Amino acid sequence: MEPVPSREIADMAGAAALPRKNGELVFDEAWQGRIFGMTVAMSHEASFEWREFQAQLIAEIAHAEREGESTSYYERWLHAFERLLADKGLLDAGALAERTRDFESGRRDDVF
Amino acid sequence: MSGTHNDHGHPHEHGHHHREPESTLSLRVRALESLLVEKKLVASDAVDRIVSAYEQDIGPHNGAKVVARAWVDPRYRERLLADGSAAIEELGFGGVDLQVVANAPGVHNLVVCTLCSCYPHALIGLPPVWYKSFEYRSRAVREPRVVLREFGVDLPETTEIRIWDSSAELRYLVLPERPTGTEQLGEAELAKLVTRDAMIGVALVKPPASAPR
Repeated sequence: MEPVPSREIADMAGAAALPRKNGELVFDEAWQGRIFGMTVAMSHEASFEWREFQAQLIAEIAHAEREGESTSYYERWLHAFERLLADKGLLDAGALAERTRDFESGRRDDVF
Repeated sequence: MSGTHNDHGHPHEHGHHHREPESTLSLRVRALESLLVEKKLVASDAVDRIVSAYEQDIGPHNGAKVVARAWVDPRYRERLLADGSAAIEELGFGGVDLQVVANAPGVHNLVVCTLCSCYPHALIGLPPVWYKSFEYRSRAVREPRVVLREFGVDLPETTEIRIWDSSAELRYLVLPERPTGTEQLGEAELAKLVTRDAMIGVALVKPPASAPR
């Protein structure tokens, strides 16, 4: 079944508003779409409420702005997502670092 | 589109320098997905479907298809103008009471919702922020010519501007004029030229950049 876009997600306002062009969502790089899709998928699976993620995203954006970071919207999204997963006990920071090294070194190439 | 150019690196590092952070992020996201898939917290095919649904359903793709069909098929155009709801159902879109209003030489249509933000979502996705603004809602009716000029549409004084006020019962879609120099284009290529703004009436459809003007 095709998932139906949720207004709660699509209509996020203010700093959290999704980047768009001509009304369409803009993913400058493929990974931005992946991280967006993973976040939405996990909210569907009730791993967390969308508003919990949104609050984390807003906090992350505010933090980045305060620190004068030039990070992109989806980089901030990624940080917010990782933090939320860690808070929920769904992700171990050490495991992620190790898995990232596996991909960097080419020991792993596929997601599976 | 990648990030901004840095101006302190050596020239030969240039491309490398600002692509690097992207690929680091890309690897990290792949690592994250791989972990979450392993823990059965997400399924990669569900992520694919979500991304595609948000990319397709939120944008103006459906409306653009309707417009392109009307441009290439005069009979479809007739049906579309006579009964918008029935005609879009032929293409598999529906759920909206729709009236399509056609631009023509000397006639320009503009859609607004003065009361709130009624909008044909099924066809052109989600409304832009300005559509919902009090400023647009009030000024589009009062001084449409000025508003259009601000959007970059400078119409001759002789052009009649028709304002269509959407409501919960009836939504409007503008059928823009097919740009000149597009006679050789097929339906799918034409659809790519049609923008959300053109279907609201705050823009004209431009010919492709390569086409002769």
